[in-house]
Amino acid sequence: MTTPLVKPDGSVGVAGRFGEFGGRYVPESLMGALDELEREWETARADPGFTDELARLLKVVVGRPTPLYDATRFSERVGARVLLKREDLAHTGAHKINNTVGQALLAVRMGKSRIIAETGAGQHGVAAATAAAYFGLPCVVYMGATDVERQHLNVVRMEMLGAEVVPVEAGSATLKDAINEALRDWVTNVESTHYIIGSVVGPHPYPELVASLQSIIGEEARAQVLELTGGLPDEVVACVGGGSNAVGLFRAFYRDQSVRITGVEAAGEGLDKRHGASISAGEPGILHGARSMVLQGADGRITEAHSISAGLDYPGVGPEHAWLATSGRATYRAVTDEDALVGFKALAETEGILAALEPSHALAHVLAHGAASETIVVGLSGRGDKDMTTIARAGKG
Amino acid sequence: MNGLASRLEERRAGGRKLLVPYVMGGIPDRASFPEVMAAAAEHADALEVGLPFSDPLMDGPVIADAGERAMSSGTGPLDALELAAQAQVGAPKIAMTYYNPIHRIGEVEFCERAAAAGFAGLIVPDIPVEESESLRKAAGDRALSWIPLVAPTSSARRVADIVATATGFVYAVSTLGVTGARESLSERAARVVAACREATDAPVVVGIGVSNAVQAVEATRSADGVVIGSALVDLVLRAGPEAAREFLAGVRSALDDAAG
Repeated sequence: MTTPLVKPDGSVGVAGRFGEFGGRYVPESLMGALDELEREWETARADPGFTDELARLLKVVVGRPTPLYDATRFSERVGARVLLKREDLAHTGAHKINNTVGQALLAVRMGKSRIIAETGAGQHGVAAATAAAYFGLPCVVYMGATDVERQHLNVVRMEMLGAEVVPVEAGSATLKDAINEALRDWVTNVESTHYIIGSVVGPHPYPELVASLQSIIGEEARAQVLELTGGLPDEVVACVGGGSNAVGLFRAFYRDQSVRITGVEAAGEGLDKRHGASISAGEPGILHGARSMVLQGADGRITEAHSISAGLDYPGVGPEHAWLATSGRATYRAVTDEDALVGFKALAETEGILAALEPSHALAHVLAHGAASETIVVGLSGRGDKDMTTIARAGKG
Repeated sequence: MNGLASRLEERRAGGRKLLVPYVMGGIPDRASFPEVMAAAAEHADALEVGLPFSDPLMDGPVIADAGERAMSSGTGPLDALELAAQAQVGAPKIAMTYYNPIHRIGEVEFCERAAAAGFAGLIVPDIPVEESESLRKAAGDRALSWIPLVAPTSSARRVADIVATATGFVYAVSTLGVTGARESLSERAARVVAACREATDAPVVVGIGVSNAVQAVEATRSADGVVIGSALVDLVLRAGPEAAREFLAGVRSALDDAAG
């Protein structure tokens, strides 16, 4: 891990490191596989045979490019021009498919015969099951038992796509524990299996691999905003759980110093209560194979996160975000469950779009603070079908 | 050479196969844990004490559940260190812990606390050799042996780099997978041991999936010793310390008979 790497902002760092964050903290059994994955990815991304095929799949399977949508009535409420990057219109209804199609293509190239994945809300699980079905690979998805219950619709979707969904009872029985279980499977079956991790988390090279596959979001958005408005936006905003849709959107703007970058975490019931805001209220620690910002107790035990949105219900965050926060290039804010519902409702009423609860956090932030900007690009990472029961219940409560 | 290493090497030189039982801190409960340690230590050449952790990704269901149980009755990773200090046992104690508790309180502080609690060595299953340099130094400065893990998938170059850091023994992971009993010992165990032997003279101890006397004898045909974890933790929870003592006495005598 001493190969010099040119970072997205142009600085030169060490491969697998984002400043003091990142790295590899995994059992020795996985080190060979991570080395192999790093090598194979570096070769594949430089091979036109691979990149052309990936571009084709993103077009015909995923449905890219996704639109940049001028949210005129929502903009009136905000007091700034808000442009939505519509990842909710990608196949399967969220940005997750960008990553799973790319990683599945890589898995085939590497000769792996089995796919595993973890999922929280089920969006990544559905996207992984979809990609596995497309390539004809068997797929096992680990999902916390709590999430299996509260996201039943997505469990059915995954099963219909041919995946085996394994409920994880350990720990808090949510996303964190599903990742642990997927890593245990991988330790056991590393020679035959590729682990498609769902966010910019995990040991090197995963944060870089997933960020690269998701950076299509920002590349498209940057070109689209230039074409639409003739200039760059003042601000780009996205929600951050693990942070893959946010890094995917942000990377294209790192070098545009005039563009403010804002990540929005889950403040849950409030930052002094249960929440999922690892950057706003966490501290450096090791989780799922990388050093980043985590929620933990004084003795290093990881604490349970909470968010109304299962996708932000995670006690860690990708190391690239921890690095963006400490370097000052991006700012991180947190939005409560209650305010996220306000963001959701505002977009539904003004634009006729049912956003997922995750990007509703970003919408809420823009509603409250967007007036300071003229033009804002917001990552609309997924659609809200999966959240209808939760939202209906919250509305009654 | 520190205490643990010289003790193990002397015993090996005397023709003895090494038995390293694993107990989970605070199991079955805080009050009887010292008794469990004493029982497990009686026939042990070194005793591994697991520190309960929230995200034990190298552990299978038996040890992961035991850790949950310990934490829910008030034994966290640092509490387990303190608890282990209360037991008077003859065998040197080795702490098995994931890295984040160490990272959180600081490598130097953690090693000081472990040394003060009477530990002689450290096993950290989720820190590869590339990341462990400062921790190894902190441990070495406080006479804590460093016990690195070698896996079936480790390349020859990695094996050489890893075993060079060992100051107690080398922990040879017998198979791909997490902790837990297996029907039979993996055929890979002997190959991992052989790979270690080519690169070091330090004792090589096989762990993961060694759960009874037969498997222990089989593993020590090539290795210098075995770690027995999940099977013992399971027995402690089901039948208590006396049963654990008898079980280990049986393993001990099988190892001694085989060494003849």
